[in-house]
Order: sequence, then C-alpha cells, then structure tokens
Amino acid sequence: MTEGLEQGILIGMIATGIRLATPYLLAALGEMLSQRSGVFNLGLEGIMLMGAFSGFYITYVSQSPLLGLLAAIVTGGLMGMLMAFVSVTLQAEQGISGIGLSMLGWGLSGLFFRLYVDGIQSIAGLKAWKIPGLGDIPIIGPMFFSHHFIVYFAFLLVPLLWFVLFRTTWGLSVRAVGMTPQAVDTMGVSVSGLRYQCLILGGMLAGLAGATLTVANTHMFADNITAGRGFIAIALVYFGRWSPWGILAGSLLFSMADSFQLWVQVLGINFPYEMAVMLPYIVTIIALMISFGRVWPPAALGKPYERGVRG
Amino acid sequence: MKGRTFFVLLAALVGALAIGALFILLAKSDPIRAYKVMLTGPFSSSFGFTETLVRTTPLLLTGLGIIISFRCGVLNIGGEGQILIGAIASAGVALAMPNLPGVVLFPLVLLAGALAGGLWGAIAGVLKARLNVNEILSTVMLNQIAAQLYLLLIRGILIDPQEVTYGTGVPQTALVTDVVWMTRLIPGSRLSTGFILAIVLAIAVYYLLMHTTIGYRLRAVGAGPQAARYAGINVPFYMALSMFLAGALAGLAGTVEVLGVHHRALEDISAGYGFSAIVAALFGRLHPIGIIPASMLFGALILGADMMQRAVSIPAAIVMVIQGFVILFVVASDVFIRRPELFGQWKSKWSRRSGEVS
Repeated sequence: MTEGLEQGILIGMIATGIRLATPYLLAALGEMLSQRSGVFNLGLEGIMLMGAFSGFYITYVSQSPLLGLLAAIVTGGLMGMLMAFVSVTLQAEQGISGIGLSMLGWGLSGLFFRLYVDGIQSIAGLKAWKIPGLGDIPIIGPMFFSHHFIVYFAFLLVPLLWFVLFRTTWGLSVRAVGMTPQAVDTMGVSVSGLRYQCLILGGMLAGLAGATLTVANTHMFADNITAGRGFIAIALVYFGRWSPWGILAGSLLFSMADSFQLWVQVLGINFPYEMAVMLPYIVTIIALMISFGRVWPPAALGKPYERGVRG
Repeated sequence: MKGRTFFVLLAALVGALAIGALFILLAKSDPIRAYKVMLTGPFSSSFGFTETLVRTTPLLLTGLGIIISFRCGVLNIGGEGQILIGAIASAGVALAMPNLPGVVLFPLVLLAGALAGGLWGAIAGVLKARLNVNEILSTVMLNQIAAQLYLLLIRGILIDPQEVTYGTGVPQTALVTDVVWMTRLIPGSRLSTGFILAIVLAIAVYYLLMHTTIGYRLRAVGAGPQAARYAGINVPFYMALSMFLAGALAGLAGTVEVLGVHHRALEDISAGYGFSAIVAALFGRLHPIGIIPASMLFGALILGADMMQRAVSIPAAIVMVIQGFVILFVVASDVFIRRPELFGQWKSKWSRRSGEVS
C-alpha cells in the first residue's frame, strides 16, 4: 500500500469516528442533565427512535432537513415531558417506566413508518458544511472541519453544558436537586420544576441525536434504527462520571472503535459481519465494568421526591 | 388480590387500549371493528384458542424468570437474549447427537436450553453483584450480543445442509430428530406439552418464592439489600442466583419454541416475547400465579393484533405501542395502590388552583 492511501484511510477513519460520536454525545449529554437532576431516564432509546422518525418524516414531506431537525427536537421534548409526568408527578419506578417509554417509542416509530412512509425511501438529508479557512488545512481540515453542522453543535455543547452546570445558579440548583432535593425545596425552588426542565431539555437533545442518525448520517429510516444506541449513551454517562468532558472522551473512544469496525468491513478484511456488529456492545459492557464501583452517582438518583419523607 | 388493585389494573388496560384506539383512528381504520377482531378472534375458533396458548407459553416461562429477578431487586430486561441462547443451545445439542434414544436425548436437550440460558443470564447477575454494573444496561447489551451470536450460528455452522445444497440459504437449522419433539396436545394444532411444562413450573416457582428459605432470601434481598446483609444473607450470591434462574426459565422458553413449535431454530424465533413477558409479569403484579392469566391475556392480545392486521390492515407495531402504554399506566397507577391519599391531595390542589384563577 502506498503512503498516501494509508494516510487517506486514517483520515477517513478519524473523520467517520467524529461523525459517529455525534448521536452518542448529544444523547448522553441530555441523559447527564436528567441524571444530574436525579431522574434516571431509561426511555432514551425510545426518545431517540421518535426523534429519528419525526426528523426523517418531516424532511421527507417538506424537503427541508432543518424543519426535520426542529420536528425531532420538539418530539424529543414532548417524550421527555411524558417521562417527567410519569416519573416525577406520578412518582413511578424510573427503571420500569423508562422501559415502557422505550417500547412506546419503538412501537410508535415503527407504526408511523408503516402508515405514512412504508418501503425504503431516501431523503435529501443534511449536507456537510466545510468551515471556511479551517476546512482547507490539509489532513486536519477533512478530519475535523468538514462535517454537517450538528457535529460542531454537539462538540460546542460540551464546554457550554460544563459552564451551565458548574458556573450558573441554574446549574447549581440542578446539581443540588440531584443530591439533596430537600435542601432545594427548603430554598423555595421547585424540585419538580427543575426535574421537568432537565428531562425536557434532555429529551430535546435525545430527539436531535436520533434525527442525526436519519437526517444527517444515513438519509433513511428503518425499524429500530437506533439499535441500542440510547442504552449505550446511558452507559456513557456512567463511564464519563456525569461530567461533560468525561462523556466527550467516552463518546469518542466508542465511536472510534465503531469507525474502526466499519472501515474493517469497507476494506474487505475477512472478519465475520456478526462479530463486527457485536463489538460495540461488548465494549459497552467492558466500559461499564471499568467505570462501576469507582463512581459516585448523584445521591438522589432514581428516587422520586416526596415532601416530608426522608430520602 | 384486593378489589382496588384489580380495578386499577383494569383501568390501566382500558386506558392503554383507549389510547391505542386513537392511533387506529389515525391509521384511518375503525377502532371498534379492529378491537372486535382483536378481542374476539382468539376465542372464536379452536385455531384461535390453541394459537393463543402457543403464544402464552413463552410469555409465561420468560415472565416467571422476570418475576424471580424483579422480586430480588434485579431489573432483568434480558429475556429476549436468554430465549435465543436457550433455543440455539437445545437445537445444537439435539442436532449434535441425533442417534441417542429419546429418553436420554430429551432431558439432555431441556437441560442444555435451561443451562445455557441460565449462564447467559448469570453474566448480568454476577456483574451486578460483584462490580455493581447496572443490570438494565448490561442485559440490553447482552440481548444485542445474543441476537448476533444466534444469527452467526444459524447462518454459519448450524445452517441446514439442504439450504446450502439447494443454494436457498434461508438462515435456519435442520429439523431436530423427532424423538425430542414435544407431543402436540391437540392434533393439527401447534399447542404442545410445553404449555403444561410452563404451568407446572409456575406452581414450582410459586412454591420456591413463597414457601422455601431460598425464596424468602431472594425476596429479602429485593425488599432491602442492606437489611438482608445485616440478617446474614449472602446478597451477591442471591442476586446472581436470581439471574441464573431467570435465564434458565427464559432459556426453556426458547427450548419449547424449538421442540414444541418449529422443530428447528429459525430466524425471528422469539419475536419480542422477552419484552412482552416484562409487560405480562408487571400486569400479573409480579406474582407467579398472577402471571398465568396475565400471559394468557397478552398471548391473546399478540395473536389478536396479528388477526387485526390482516382484517383491517393495521401494522402489528400497534401491539408494541399498546404494551408500552400498559407499562406506563401500570407503573404510574402503582402510586394509587401504594398511596391512595395522594389522589385526594392532588384533587384539592387543583381545585384550589382553579379557584385562584376564577
């Protein structure tokens, strides 16, 4: 193999890795917000599926990827609100209600797809936007600055969310409500209100994450297109220890492994297809094994808040 | 079961069906006609009746396992993967030793299915007990891994040699030897002795959970791991055990699909039973006897939805939608069973608020 070709493959692999990190990053940052506020949102997979479908469908009908993304964000927010209603207002067991929400998203997206689209349809989708100047730098340009704009947005969200969580009053309240909701309640700040805000924001990000898969990456929709990515994103929150930077590292590690696996297939290296597909899930379990036991989740995570009852 | 519990469960089911009706309307179909087919279809012919029980069997077996693990505080979502591993293990053992007499091979095949499913389930159990790995996440990952492993085997070394010779390449194993087939209870139907096995195991699980020391300890760990530890119970061991038992029961569900229904391992053998079983288990209030009628109900619902799909052309995904709503309604209504006084509080809060507005 010539040197130029090898370099091309490496650039392609890293660029693919950056692109594939985006849905994980968006969904995991959203889940981080929910968990920081004390709610374990296991419905992430279902929210992503609904976002993936609504983004695809609105783009398909309106021919406008931007409208599609907007629809996915709204749908995700609504799904987040449903999760908040069940787990915050009705104080339901969060693990199980999350499974219900995931099944709901799975069923609804499949149902709507059969009813309104049916068959394989491809959409125009989102085009890459090369950043002027930066995108022209050799090697680095094609790796980092020649993506569709959701990629840039997701990566900018990391420092932004870090700032919001650790340098603003709202962020302080969110962190407090995930640890000692009693204290926040005593200060006269609404526990339910904060948890609703975080779940809705988290849902919006998860909806966008799902739409990234359909509108930006594959330009099509298929049943269960997320294939467990929502659950992987939840695992990344643990792996990244509820910090935006940790989640960024986890998402990149994961998507680079994913990209490597894809390129192995593209280059025709002989490796069973099923084994390649299995790989990310095995990596997730290993990541969970490494990160558990040493982490301190928000103290009130998973516990519904009842005024007057000790947590 | 107390009257109020029954009423709340019924309301949850009716609520889920009512929301389902909205989606049927959205599909420009007649929900009344659709539900008529769905609710009467399974009971209007002997075909409907036996096919309902064919779907009840894996729901019941897998659901029993889910009850054991949930009661021990382990939220096991891994039924789907455990079913596949049990199915492929029993098909593999049956295909490997086709010349053994039935009396030897049949128990061996059952054991293979239960053991393989059990060990697959125990992975998540041990990871939770030893390394505190969240079991919901690990079982979801194990489901995906099992699905790929299953496909790899039925497309690869276990594929029916005939599919290769004729070049059709349908991913399925050869038929297993007929000495291990489960007897059909009604000739011409697909209902086999596997259903009786499931009922017997339901009673056995009831006895295990409610009337033995092991069952008491499993439930004690679920009620409060800290308290259980102070009482001298080996908490990690019982967590792992609950997942082994859960996996073994789901594995047997896979075995029954092979020996009683299809006589081979084929693609889509489970068709979401692992997830529907969670719904059935929750609907049966996590009780080993309560799940018998619950899994019959959901068996009928799944079959009824199949029939409805053909009669009024509604995509079968509607079952998943209804099941999702059933879970949300059941967990959300739990608060009314646990704390009935809350309802009154909200009512007065809302009436106060609307009072302020007017």
